[in-house]
Parts: sequence; C-alpha cells; structure tokens
Amino acid sequence: MPATKSSRPKKADPARLYRAVRRIRRVEEEVARIYPSDKIKSPVHLSIGQEGIAVGVCDPLEPRDAVSGTYRGHATYLAKGGDLNAMMAELFGKDTGCARGKGGSMHLVDMKANVLGCSAVVGTTVPVAAGFAMAQKMRKTGAVVACFLGDGASEEGCFPETLNFAALHKLPVIFVCENNGFAIHEPLAKRWATTKLCERVRTYGIPATRFTDSDTAKIRDHIAKALPAMRKGGGPIFLECLTWRWREHVGPGEDYDAGFRSKADLAKWQKKDPVVVLGKKLDKKLKATIDAEIEAELAAAVNFAETSPWPDAKELYSDVFA
Amino acid sequence: MEDGRRVLRYVDALSEAVALEMARDDKVFLFGLDVDDHKSIQGSTRGLLERFGKERVFTTPLSEDAMTGVAIGAAMAGMRPIHVHIRMDFLMLCMNQIVNIASKARYMYGGQVKVPMVVRSIIGKSWGQGAQHSQALHSLFMHLPGMKVAAPSNAHDAKGCTIAAIRDDNPVLMMEHRLLYPTEAVVNEGAYVVPPGRSRVCRFGRDVTIVGVSNMVVEALRAAELLAEAGVSAEVIDPIWLAPLDSETIVESARRTRKVLIADNGWLNCGASAEIAARLAEALAGEGPIQIKRVGFAPTPCPPSPELENAFYPNPGTIAAAAYALAKPDAPAWAPDPAATKLAYQLQFKGPF
Repeated sequence: MPATKSSRPKKADPARLYRAVRRIRRVEEEVARIYPSDKIKSPVHLSIGQEGIAVGVCDPLEPRDAVSGTYRGHATYLAKGGDLNAMMAELFGKDTGCARGKGGSMHLVDMKANVLGCSAVVGTTVPVAAGFAMAQKMRKTGAVVACFLGDGASEEGCFPETLNFAALHKLPVIFVCENNGFAIHEPLAKRWATTKLCERVRTYGIPATRFTDSDTAKIRDHIAKALPAMRKGGGPIFLECLTWRWREHVGPGEDYDAGFRSKADLAKWQKKDPVVVLGKKLDKKLKATIDAEIEAELAAAVNFAETSPWPDAKELYSDVFA
Repeated sequence: MEDGRRVLRYVDALSEAVALEMARDDKVFLFGLDVDDHKSIQGSTRGLLERFGKERVFTTPLSEDAMTGVAIGAAMAGMRPIHVHIRMDFLMLCMNQIVNIASKARYMYGGQVKVPMVVRSIIGKSWGQGAQHSQALHSLFMHLPGMKVAAPSNAHDAKGCTIAAIRDDNPVLMMEHRLLYPTEAVVNEGAYVVPPGRSRVCRFGRDVTIVGVSNMVVEALRAAELLAEAGVSAEVIDPIWLAPLDSETIVESARRTRKVLIADNGWLNCGASAEIAARLAEALAGEGPIQIKRVGFAPTPCPPSPELENAFYPNPGTIAAAAYALAKPDAPAWAPDPAATKLAYQLQFKGPF
C-alpha cells in the first residue's frame, strides 16, 4: 500500500482558475446550443453559474484525490480532470463516451481522473463517497474525497447518516453543498424550517463554513488550507456554498419567466459571474489566448462526439456483471 | 475424518469462511451493527474481532442506507466489504443503495467500476418473531440485473457460498436462515467455493421433482422420506444460488418426472417459485403435459401466535401431501401423520432470537 504523503497544495494561479471556469461555461453553453438539434439524447442538468464552486474545490486537489458528483455533474467532472471528449461522446450516446453510452449526462464517470460516478437519485452518492474515503483511510493513501451535493440532498436520510459516520471515523471527506436554493422547482423556504445548515452539520462534530458569494478564489484557499490536516487523519470538513442555477432544472432553457424564480435574482448573481470576476484579473492578451485554446478544444470535442461510432447492439448485454 | 472433512454447524461454517478469506486477502473487512458484540450475530462472526482487529471488524451506527453506500464506495475503491444484517427485514432500508447503485454501477458507469461487496442477511422465522422479523425477501433481489443471490441450505454450502460471494467481483446477497444455524453437515477444512449457477440434486427420485428454497430443502428432504413410506419416489433439488439461477438442472429433472413441486421459503406472488415455474413452462413447452404446483408462505404477514404461525409456513407434511397429490392424482388424498413431520431443529429451537 502507498504510504501517507503530505504534499503541499499547489499555489493559487488566477489564469488556471479562469481557464477552468471559462472552459466549463463554454462546454455547457455549447451543450445548450446543440441540445435542440436532438443530437444529445440525454437530459442535461446544466451548472452554468455554479462552475466556480467545483473549480475552487478541485483546484488544490491532486490526481490521487477523488470527487463525487451529482446529476448536475458536468462542472465537477471537468474541474477534476474528467476527459472532455469522453463526456461529450457520452451525451451523444456514443461508444467512446465515458460510460460507453450507458450512463448519459447524469452518470458521468472517469475513474482514471478519480471522478466517481454520478447518480440521478438525489443524495445516493453521499455515502458512496464516504465509503471511497474510508477505503483511502484503511489503505493509508492520504487521498481525500470531495463529495458534491445539492441543498436538496441535505434532506435525504443518508446525508445525516453519512455525516455521523464520517465524523465518527474521521474520514477524509470534503462535503460541498452547492446551495442554489432550489430542489427541482421547490425553493428553500418551502423545504427548510431554518437555513442554519452549517449549524446542523457542526452538531456532528464537523467544522462547517458558509460561503455566501461562492467566490472561487476564497473557496480554493479554504480547501488548500484544510488539505494537509485532512491527509493526516483530521477528519471531514463541510462547506455550504450559496450559488444560483442560471438555467432551468433540466434542459437548456431559462426558467425565470415561469414565475417561481425572479429575473432580478438572476441578475444579482450574474454580477458575481465567476467567469467575469476571474477574467478581470488577467491581462487581455493572456485571456484571449486561453479563450482561443478553449474554443479549439471544444470544437474538437464536439467533432469527436459527432464522428464517434454508436455502440454495437450487443453491448446492451455487456457489463451487467464484472 | 481423515480427508480433512468434519462435521460443522452452519453458524460456525459462516465464520470459518470469513476468517479464511480475511486471512487470505487484506482487502476483506466485515462491518455491521453488532458484528463485534459479545453475541456476534448469533455467533456467526465469533472470534473475528479478536483475530483481525477493530480496523477490519467493526460495528456501525443504525444507518443501514448510508452504510450500504459506504460498502459500495469502499468496494469501488478496491476493498471487499462484507456488510452484515442480523435480520433480512433491515435490508428494506438499504434498497435505494442496492437497487440504484450497487446492482447497476458497473453497467451505468460503462464497466469502469466493480462493486465486490457481500451483504449478509438472516431470516428470523418462528418462535413468534412476527411480521417484521420473519420475512424472506430474496425475490426482490433476484429481480435486479447485476445482483447475485445465494440461499445456502446447509453448513457445507454456507461456507462455500460465502467464500464464493467474497471472491465475486459483483454485489452478492447472502440469505441465511436462523433455524439452520445449529444444523450440522460435513464440511471440508480449508477454503473452497460453491459457485453461482449450479443447482444440486440432493436426492434422486422417479415420480415427482421437489425444488426447495433455503430451509425448504431440509423440509423437502424430510417430506421425501415420508413420501417413500407412501410409495412415492421424490427427487429433491436445491438451487443453492437463486441468482444466477441454474434452472437447467431443474428442467432436466422435470423432463423425466413431468411433475414439479416448488417449495419456497417465501411468498408465492412474483416470488422465486413463480420464476422457476415460468422457466419450466418455457423450457418444456411442446414436450407434452407438465404439472407444476407451488407451496410457500400463506399470502399474509407472518403472525406470532404458534397456531397461526404453523399454518403460515409449509412443512414436511404439507410438502409431502402436495407432492403425493401430484404424483398420484387418481389416488385418495394422503397426508403423513403430523407427529412425523416435525424436524429436529424445530423441536430444539427455543428463541429468543
């Protein structure tokens, strides 16, 4: 078994953070653009507007660390280094997809990059992430698992069950609640008696921090600071990151005109757009270079998906069992 | 015995199987509420904590749903967890993880992961345990592609199935039976597997085929003795593994006898017996008449009152009577003397578990 390593997290780099958020934004905008063509045969839950959290959490992580995502998992997958070509092909249902056309947008996975599979059933991946972390502890790898979940998942029974177990066993899990205030179409006020999520979590003995503006750099620094102790058995931490889902629950459209979310709120959050905030920190030439590289990579990924073969029909029966 | 075999109780065969595998493979660990308690899951995990330590043998909070997820995550990370439940009923709290993740992770993640986990569960049955501690829910798990289900009926198979389950790269549900725990059988020393997908003919016969599930194999063997006294030769088959199910052995027997009684330790509706009957009907269609009959739990929750409970379960008498009616449709109805239908383990068992 590999020995416990306690390496120093890599240094902050505005260009790297900007590239990561801009890349995710552009991938999802492209997914939204292609979607009406019916080439993407999978319900897509876009994370446009929320990218900064995944990037902030994943930036200081190492390849040995893992992430666990939700059905709104494109940002998590890409931020941790999931293969873009394989993701795009998966959305198209092609054989070259990350799940060979058997997962779709809601079940992205890339075990080479330690992106654990995503699940369409809210909350189900939370204990699975803890189990993966428990294995790291048992095998003394020093790796941590960042477990992304939505505000809705905090209402599922397995969430407090997992918090208790992770705290009890001091598991190396970073719980990241992306709180966008909505579970499908239900606002927080109709679901929670109080908004004191971090207080609830602290009663399990887990340090919890609330980020009200989901500032990418702040989240990044918080994780970088926490990692060395976690690698040495310090136990789990919890982050609640307030954010806003710019698009509808599922699909490429807007939904502020449906009456349950206001356009004013969207505008408020768009002023904090992580792509813009991080982009302003770069000089224009560097930013233009990064943007161009992302466009080239994205075009290549769409072309890869378009030109990839369909799975053979006999693949229906493969991988039911290992 | 000189060839390395000796008589062992079912419960001791279970802990021996786990001990052998934990010694062989340091990725195997065992957890579940009370596995390290002094009572150690009816004794089936006895000695494991002392031998392998609390890092590999540990109890859990009462969080069956999350603990199942933890087992899945650990398995995806390359470990081989054994998650133990003292009653099968608690598996209902694990259904989300078992149905939505464990059984389909390999498929829906395009073959990128394996989930080599074992879920051990025990049917309570009898001595007044009532509706929520007597359920046999194996058919719920047989329904799922990606799941394997074992239902060993004796100590030899309990050990071999457990070792096979631990070594399997897929999620496996072990359905054990509390009443079988003290029963003894000849068990080989050392590790061996009773692999999925092979039924066993326990007793050869000419007139009727009886398929038993879990402890119903034991009841069916006793029924066959009673039938022999009444001039009926019964073949008894133990599927051992319910998923994947070796129906070929059953079909071959039915091809000869043309009469099949399926005795399930479970309800009939959409149950294991329905699946076996359907496979027989499909496999033997066009080969002439075949008669199939099923016995199992009464279509009610399990009552605790002894009088009601006795009527709820099949027993060697009801199995023998049903098989006799199949074998000799023109003869007057026959049933063995009720005093002869009790099994030793039923007479010995005193509870409270």
